[in-house]
Amino acid sequence: MPFKKKKKIETPPVSTASLPDIVFMLLFFFMVTTTMREVTLLVKLKKPQATEIQKLERKDLTTYIYIGAPTNAALGNEPRIQLADQLASVADVQQWVILQREEVNEAERPKFTVSIKSDIDAKMGLISDIKQELRKAQALKLSYSANPASSAEEMFKAYR
Amino acid sequence: MASKKRPVPEINAGSMADIAFLLLIFFLVTTTMDVDKGLLVKLPPWTEESSEEQDIKEKNIFVVLVNSQDQLLIEEEYAALEDVRRLAKEFIDNNGDGSCEDCRGLRDPNSSDNPKKAVISIQNDRGTSYKIFVAVRNELLGAYSELRNDIAQRKFGRDYDELSEGDIELINEVYPQFISEAEPVKIGG
Repeated sequence: MPFKKKKKIETPPVSTASLPDIVFMLLFFFMVTTTMREVTLLVKLKKPQATEIQKLERKDLTTYIYIGAPTNAALGNEPRIQLADQLASVADVQQWVILQREEVNEAERPKFTVSIKSDIDAKMGLISDIKQELRKAQALKLSYSANPASSAEEMFKAYR
Repeated sequence: MASKKRPVPEINAGSMADIAFLLLIFFLVTTTMDVDKGLLVKLPPWTEESSEEQDIKEKNIFVVLVNSQDQLLIEEEYAALEDVRRLAKEFIDNNGDGSCEDCRGLRDPNSSDNPKKAVISIQNDRGTSYKIFVAVRNELLGAYSELRNDIAQRKFGRDYDELSEGDIELINEVYPQFISEAEPVKIGG
Protein backbone atom coordinates (compact mmCIF):
# COMPACT_ATOMS: atom_id res chain seq x y z
CA MET A 1 0.00 0.00 0.00
CA PRO A 2 1.41 3.33 -1.03
CA PHE A 3 -0.51 5.18 1.61
CA LYS A 4 0.40 4.81 5.17
CA LYS A 5 -2.45 4.58 7.48
CA LYS A 6 -2.76 7.86 9.26
CA LYS A 7 -2.13 7.87 12.91
CA LYS A 8 -5.16 9.01 14.77
CA ILE A 9 -4.45 12.31 16.51
CA GLU A 10 -6.69 13.11 19.37
CA THR A 11 -8.04 16.64 19.02
CA PRO A 12 -7.74 18.45 22.31
CA PRO A 13 -10.98 20.03 23.54
CA VAL A 14 -11.34 23.75 22.73
CA SER A 15 -10.67 25.78 25.78
CA THR A 16 -13.63 27.93 26.79
CA ALA A 17 -11.74 29.74 29.48
CA SER A 18 -11.62 32.95 27.41
CA LEU A 19 -15.34 32.92 26.67
CA PRO A 20 -16.24 35.07 29.68
CA ASP A 21 -13.66 37.61 28.55
CA ILE A 22 -15.20 37.87 25.11
CA VAL A 23 -18.67 38.15 26.54
CA PHE A 24 -17.56 40.81 28.98
CA MET A 25 -16.00 42.78 26.20
CA LEU A 26 -19.29 42.77 24.26
CA LEU A 27 -21.16 43.54 27.45
CA PHE A 28 -19.10 46.64 28.15
CA PHE A 29 -19.50 47.80 24.57
CA PHE A 30 -23.26 47.65 24.79
CA MET A 31 -23.32 49.13 28.27
CA VAL A 32 -21.41 52.14 27.06
CA THR A 33 -23.28 52.70 23.82
CA THR A 34 -26.74 52.02 25.14
CA THR A 35 -29.26 54.76 25.67
CA MET A 36 -32.54 53.86 27.21
CA ARG A 37 -35.67 55.02 25.48
CA GLU A 38 -36.69 58.02 27.52
CA VAL A 39 -40.27 58.55 26.50
CA THR A 40 -43.07 56.39 25.29
CA LEU A 41 -44.53 57.90 22.18
CA LEU A 42 -48.15 58.92 22.52
CA VAL A 43 -48.36 60.15 18.95
CA LYS A 44 -47.92 58.50 15.60
CA LEU A 45 -44.64 59.63 14.16
CA LYS A 46 -43.43 59.24 10.61
CA LYS A 47 -40.52 61.56 10.07
CA PRO A 48 -39.89 63.29 6.74
CA GLN A 49 -36.84 62.61 4.62
CA ALA A 50 -34.11 65.13 3.96
CA THR A 51 -30.58 65.28 2.64
CA GLU A 52 -29.10 68.35 4.32
CA ILE A 53 -29.34 67.02 7.83
CA GLN A 54 -26.87 67.48 10.63
CA LYS A 55 -26.32 65.39 13.69
CA LEU A 56 -27.38 66.73 17.03
CA GLU A 57 -24.26 65.93 18.96
CA ARG A 58 -25.27 66.62 22.51
CA LYS A 59 -28.31 64.80 23.78
CA ASP A 60 -28.17 66.58 27.11
CA LEU A 61 -28.49 69.93 25.36
CA THR A 62 -31.44 68.87 23.27
CA THR A 63 -35.07 68.73 24.15
CA TYR A 64 -37.71 67.08 22.02
CA ILE A 65 -41.19 68.10 20.99
CA TYR A 66 -43.23 65.37 19.34
CA ILE A 67 -46.10 66.17 17.03
CA GLY A 68 -48.53 63.77 15.45
CA ALA A 69 -51.95 62.18 15.61
CA PRO A 70 -52.52 60.51 19.01
CA THR A 71 -52.02 56.75 19.09
CA ASN A 72 -55.08 56.57 21.30
CA ALA A 73 -57.86 56.62 18.70
CA ALA A 74 -60.33 58.00 21.23
CA LEU A 75 -58.46 61.31 21.10
CA GLY A 76 -59.17 61.83 17.42
CA ASN A 77 -56.97 62.27 14.38
CA GLU A 78 -55.94 65.87 14.77
CA PRO A 79 -52.15 66.18 15.34
CA ARG A 80 -51.27 66.90 18.96
CA ILE A 81 -48.15 67.97 20.80
CA GLN A 82 -46.36 65.64 23.16
CA LEU A 83 -44.01 67.11 25.73
CA ALA A 84 -42.09 64.52 27.75
CA ASP A 85 -44.64 61.88 28.70
CA GLN A 86 -47.91 63.64 28.08
CA LEU A 87 -49.95 65.39 25.49
CA ALA A 88 -49.94 69.14 25.81
CA SER A 89 -51.25 72.23 24.13
CA VAL A 90 -49.43 75.07 22.40
CA ALA A 91 -49.78 77.24 25.48
CA ASP A 92 -47.66 74.82 27.53
CA VAL A 93 -44.71 74.85 25.18
CA GLN A 94 -43.15 78.10 26.26
CA GLN A 95 -42.96 77.33 29.95
CA TRP A 96 -41.89 73.77 29.38
CA VAL A 97 -38.99 74.80 27.15
CA ILE A 98 -37.88 77.39 29.69
CA LEU A 99 -37.92 74.75 32.42
CA GLN A 100 -35.95 72.33 30.25
CA ARG A 101 -33.37 75.00 29.61
CA GLU A 102 -33.03 75.71 33.32
CA GLU A 103 -31.69 72.19 33.72
CA VAL A 104 -28.82 72.85 31.34
CA ASN A 105 -25.52 74.04 32.69
CA GLU A 106 -25.47 77.83 32.43
CA ALA A 107 -22.33 78.00 30.33
CA GLU A 108 -23.84 75.74 27.71
CA ARG A 109 -27.26 77.33 27.52
CA PRO A 110 -26.55 79.11 24.25
CA LYS A 111 -26.16 75.69 22.65
CA PHE A 112 -29.56 74.55 23.89
CA THR A 113 -31.49 73.13 20.95
CA VAL A 114 -35.11 72.18 20.52
CA SER A 115 -35.73 69.30 18.17
CA ILE A 116 -39.15 69.13 16.56
CA LYS A 117 -40.02 65.55 15.76
CA SER A 118 -43.11 65.91 13.73
CA ASP A 119 -45.21 63.59 11.65
CA ILE A 120 -45.24 64.35 7.91
CA ASP A 121 -48.99 64.85 7.97
CA ALA A 122 -48.96 67.60 10.57
CA LYS A 123 -49.97 71.02 9.33
CA MET A 124 -47.67 74.01 9.40
CA GLY A 125 -50.22 76.03 11.38
CA LEU A 126 -49.50 74.01 14.50
CA ILE A 127 -45.78 74.04 13.91
CA SER A 128 -45.75 77.79 13.34
CA ASP A 129 -47.59 78.27 16.62
CA ILE A 130 -44.88 76.25 18.34
CA LYS A 131 -42.21 78.26 16.59
CA GLN A 132 -43.76 81.46 17.94
CA GLU A 133 -43.78 80.00 21.45
CA LEU A 134 -40.12 79.05 21.09
CA ARG A 135 -39.29 82.57 20.00
CA LYS A 136 -41.06 83.91 23.06
CA ALA A 137 -39.06 81.51 25.21
CA GLN A 138 -35.85 82.68 23.54
CA ALA A 139 -35.09 79.14 22.46
CA LEU A 140 -33.91 80.05 18.99
CA LYS A 141 -31.94 77.00 17.97
CA LEU A 142 -34.27 74.62 16.29
CA SER A 143 -33.94 71.35 14.47
CA TYR A 144 -36.53 69.83 12.18
CA SER A 145 -35.91 66.18 12.82
CA ALA A 146 -35.71 64.09 9.65
CA ASN A 147 -34.49 60.76 8.39
CA PRO A 148 -31.58 60.76 5.98
CA ALA A 149 -32.46 60.22 2.33
CA SER A 150 -29.71 58.71 0.23
CA SER A 151 -30.22 61.18 -2.62
CA ALA A 152 -32.37 64.11 -3.64
CA GLU A 153 -34.10 61.95 -6.25
CA GLU A 154 -35.20 59.49 -3.64
CA MET A 155 -36.53 62.34 -1.56
CA PHE A 156 -38.56 63.78 -4.45
CA LYS A 157 -40.11 60.39 -5.09
CA ALA A 158 -41.87 60.62 -1.76
CA TYR A 159 -43.74 63.71 -2.96
CA ARG A 160 -45.25 62.34 -6.12
CA MET B 1 -3.33 29.40 70.27
CA ALA B 2 -2.50 27.99 66.99
CA SER B 3 -5.61 27.20 65.07
CA LYS B 4 -5.51 24.92 62.17
CA LYS B 5 -5.40 26.78 58.88
CA ARG B 6 -8.27 25.67 56.77
CA PRO B 7 -7.67 25.69 53.04
CA VAL B 8 -9.87 28.25 51.31
CA PRO B 9 -11.85 26.54 48.59
CA GLU B 10 -11.54 28.08 45.18
CA ILE B 11 -14.65 29.83 43.88
CA ASN B 12 -16.08 28.20 40.85
CA ALA B 13 -16.04 30.76 38.06
CA GLY B 14 -17.90 28.59 35.62
CA SER B 15 -21.17 30.45 35.98
CA MET B 16 -19.56 33.83 35.39
CA ALA B 17 -20.09 33.45 31.66
CA ASP B 18 -23.78 32.80 32.24
CA ILE B 19 -24.19 35.94 34.29
CA ALA B 20 -22.32 37.98 31.73
CA PHE B 21 -24.47 36.54 28.97
CA LEU B 22 -27.60 37.49 30.83
CA LEU B 23 -26.44 41.09 31.17
CA LEU B 24 -25.26 41.15 27.58
CA ILE B 25 -28.63 40.06 26.28
CA PHE B 26 -30.36 42.65 28.42
CA PHE B 27 -28.28 45.46 26.96
CA LEU B 28 -28.56 44.06 23.47
CA VAL B 29 -32.32 44.25 23.70
CA THR B 30 -32.62 47.66 25.32
CA THR B 31 -30.00 49.41 23.24
CA THR B 32 -31.09 51.96 20.67
CA MET B 33 -28.34 53.58 18.74
CA ASP B 34 -30.33 56.16 16.84
CA VAL B 35 -28.78 59.58 16.74
CA ASP B 36 -31.19 62.40 16.24
CA LYS B 37 -30.59 64.17 12.96
CA GLY B 38 -32.36 67.11 11.50
CA LEU B 39 -32.31 70.40 9.64
CA LEU B 40 -30.75 72.97 11.94
CA VAL B 41 -32.30 76.40 11.71
CA LYS B 42 -32.17 79.55 13.73
CA LEU B 43 -35.30 81.46 14.64
CA PRO B 44 -35.37 85.24 14.80
CA PRO B 45 -35.75 86.68 18.30
CA TRP B 46 -39.28 87.51 19.44
CA THR B 47 -40.46 91.06 18.90
CA GLU B 48 -43.65 92.50 20.27
CA GLU B 49 -44.42 94.53 17.18
CA SER B 50 -45.54 92.73 14.10
CA SER B 51 -42.54 92.33 11.86
CA GLU B 52 -40.55 95.52 11.53
CA GLU B 53 -40.22 97.04 8.12
CA GLN B 54 -36.84 96.42 6.62
CA ASP B 55 -35.32 98.21 3.71
CA ILE B 56 -34.67 95.40 1.29
CA LYS B 57 -34.98 95.87 -2.41
CA GLU B 58 -37.59 93.77 -4.11
CA LYS B 59 -35.04 92.10 -6.34
CA ASN B 60 -32.97 91.00 -3.37
CA ILE B 61 -35.76 88.89 -1.93
CA PHE B 62 -36.41 85.41 -3.26
CA VAL B 63 -39.95 84.55 -2.27
CA VAL B 64 -41.00 80.93 -2.03
CA LEU B 65 -44.70 80.53 -1.41
CA VAL B 66 -46.23 77.21 -0.42
CA ASN B 67 -50.00 77.06 -0.36
CA SER B 68 -52.30 74.73 1.52
CA GLN B 69 -52.39 72.33 -1.44
CA ASP B 70 -48.60 72.04 -1.17
CA GLN B 71 -48.09 73.86 -4.46
CA LEU B 72 -45.09 76.09 -4.93
CA LEU B 73 -44.91 79.63 -6.24
CA ILE B 74 -41.39 80.94 -6.67
CA GLU B 75 -40.91 84.56 -7.64
CA GLU B 76 -44.53 84.64 -8.83
CA GLU B 77 -44.21 81.62 -11.08
CA TYR B 78 -45.34 78.05 -10.57
CA ALA B 79 -42.50 75.73 -9.73
CA ALA B 80 -41.89 72.11 -8.85
CA LEU B 81 -39.91 70.88 -5.89
CA GLU B 82 -37.14 69.78 -8.22
CA ASP B 83 -36.61 73.37 -9.41
CA VAL B 84 -36.22 74.96 -5.99
CA ARG B 85 -32.55 74.19 -5.56
CA ARG B 86 -31.53 75.36 -9.04
CA LEU B 87 -33.58 78.60 -8.86
CA ALA B 88 -32.27 79.39 -5.38
CA LYS B 89 -28.69 78.83 -6.51
CA GLU B 90 -29.17 81.10 -9.51
CA PHE B 91 -30.64 83.76 -7.26
CA ILE B 92 -27.95 83.63 -4.56
CA ASP B 93 -25.08 83.43 -7.01
CA ASN B 94 -26.46 86.08 -9.36
CA ASN B 95 -24.04 88.87 -8.36
CA GLY B 96 -25.90 91.69 -10.07
CA ASP B 97 -23.62 94.50 -8.87
CA GLY B 98 -20.40 92.55 -9.44
CA SER B 99 -19.05 93.02 -5.91
CA CYS B 100 -18.71 89.29 -5.30
CA GLU B 101 -15.45 88.12 -6.87
CA ASP B 102 -16.00 84.44 -6.31
CA CYS B 103 -19.49 84.26 -7.71
CA ARG B 104 -20.19 82.77 -11.10
CA GLY B 105 -23.72 84.00 -11.49
CA LEU B 106 -25.53 85.25 -14.56
CA ARG B 107 -25.35 88.90 -13.44
CA ASP B 108 -29.00 89.44 -14.25
CA PRO B 109 -29.81 93.05 -13.21
CA ASN B 110 -33.29 91.99 -12.11
CA SER B 111 -32.04 89.40 -9.63
CA SER B 112 -30.02 89.74 -6.44
CA ASP B 113 -27.17 92.26 -6.13
CA ASN B 114 -24.78 89.93 -4.34
CA PRO B 115 -24.96 86.98 -1.93
CA LYS B 116 -24.55 89.27 1.07
CA LYS B 117 -27.77 91.06 0.19
CA ALA B 118 -29.72 88.07 -1.08
CA VAL B 119 -32.50 87.01 1.25
CA ILE B 120 -34.64 83.94 0.82
CA SER B 121 -38.09 84.15 2.29
CA ILE B 122 -40.21 81.05 2.65
CA GLN B 123 -43.87 81.72 3.28
CA ASN B 124 -46.43 79.07 3.97
CA ASP B 125 -50.09 78.71 4.70
CA ARG B 126 -51.39 77.32 7.98
CA GLY B 127 -52.65 74.35 5.98
CA THR B 128 -49.30 73.56 4.34
CA SER B 129 -48.11 70.10 5.23
CA TYR B 130 -44.99 69.64 7.31
CA LYS B 131 -43.66 67.23 4.73
CA ILE B 132 -43.46 69.75 1.89
CA PHE B 133 -42.14 72.44 4.22
CA VAL B 134 -39.22 70.27 5.30
CA ALA B 135 -38.55 69.36 1.67
CA VAL B 136 -38.45 73.02 0.57
CA ARG B 137 -36.37 73.98 3.57
CA ASN B 138 -34.04 71.14 2.71
CA GLU B 139 -33.68 72.30 -0.88
CA LEU B 140 -32.91 75.87 0.19
CA LEU B 141 -30.26 74.67 2.63
CA GLY B 142 -29.01 72.42 -0.15
CA ALA B 143 -28.61 75.39 -2.50
CA TYR B 144 -26.36 77.12 0.02
CA SER B 145 -24.35 74.01 0.79
CA GLU B 146 -23.82 73.31 -2.91
CA LEU B 147 -22.57 76.84 -3.52
CA ARG B 148 -20.31 76.62 -0.49
CA ASN B 149 -18.99 73.27 -1.61
CA ASP B 150 -18.26 74.62 -5.09
CA ILE B 151 -16.23 77.52 -3.81
CA ALA B 152 -14.45 75.30 -1.27
CA GLN B 153 -13.39 72.99 -4.09
CA ARG B 154 -12.20 75.88 -6.21
CA LYS B 155 -10.30 77.68 -3.47
CA PHE B 156 -9.00 74.88 -1.28
CA GLY B 157 -9.57 71.74 -3.34
CA ARG B 158 -11.58 70.15 -0.56
CA ASP B 159 -15.17 69.75 0.52
CA TYR B 160 -16.72 72.38 2.75
CA ASP B 161 -17.10 69.91 5.61
CA GLU B 162 -13.40 69.10 5.61
CA LEU B 163 -12.16 72.68 5.86
CA SER B 164 -10.59 74.25 8.92
CA GLU B 165 -12.65 76.65 10.95
CA GLY B 166 -10.89 79.71 9.55
CA ASP B 167 -11.54 78.65 5.97
CA ILE B 168 -15.17 77.93 6.74
CA GLU B 169 -15.55 81.46 8.04
CA LEU B 170 -13.99 82.80 4.85
CA ILE B 171 -16.53 80.96 2.76
CA ASN B 172 -19.43 81.88 5.00
CA GLU B 173 -18.44 85.48 4.41
CA VAL B 174 -18.84 85.01 0.67
CA TYR B 175 -22.11 83.10 1.03
CA PRO B 176 -23.83 84.07 4.27
CA GLN B 177 -27.11 82.29 4.85
CA PHE B 178 -30.25 84.39 5.01
CA ILE B 179 -33.36 82.27 5.04
CA SER B 180 -36.39 83.73 6.72
CA GLU B 181 -39.40 81.73 7.73
CA ALA B 182 -42.24 84.15 7.77
CA GLU B 183 -45.22 83.70 10.00
CA PRO B 184 -47.94 81.81 8.20
CA VAL B 185 -50.76 83.60 6.49
CA LYS B 186 -53.71 82.52 4.50
CA ILE B 187 -52.53 82.03 0.96
CA GLY B 188 -55.41 80.69 -1.04
CA GLY B 189 -57.41 77.68 0.00
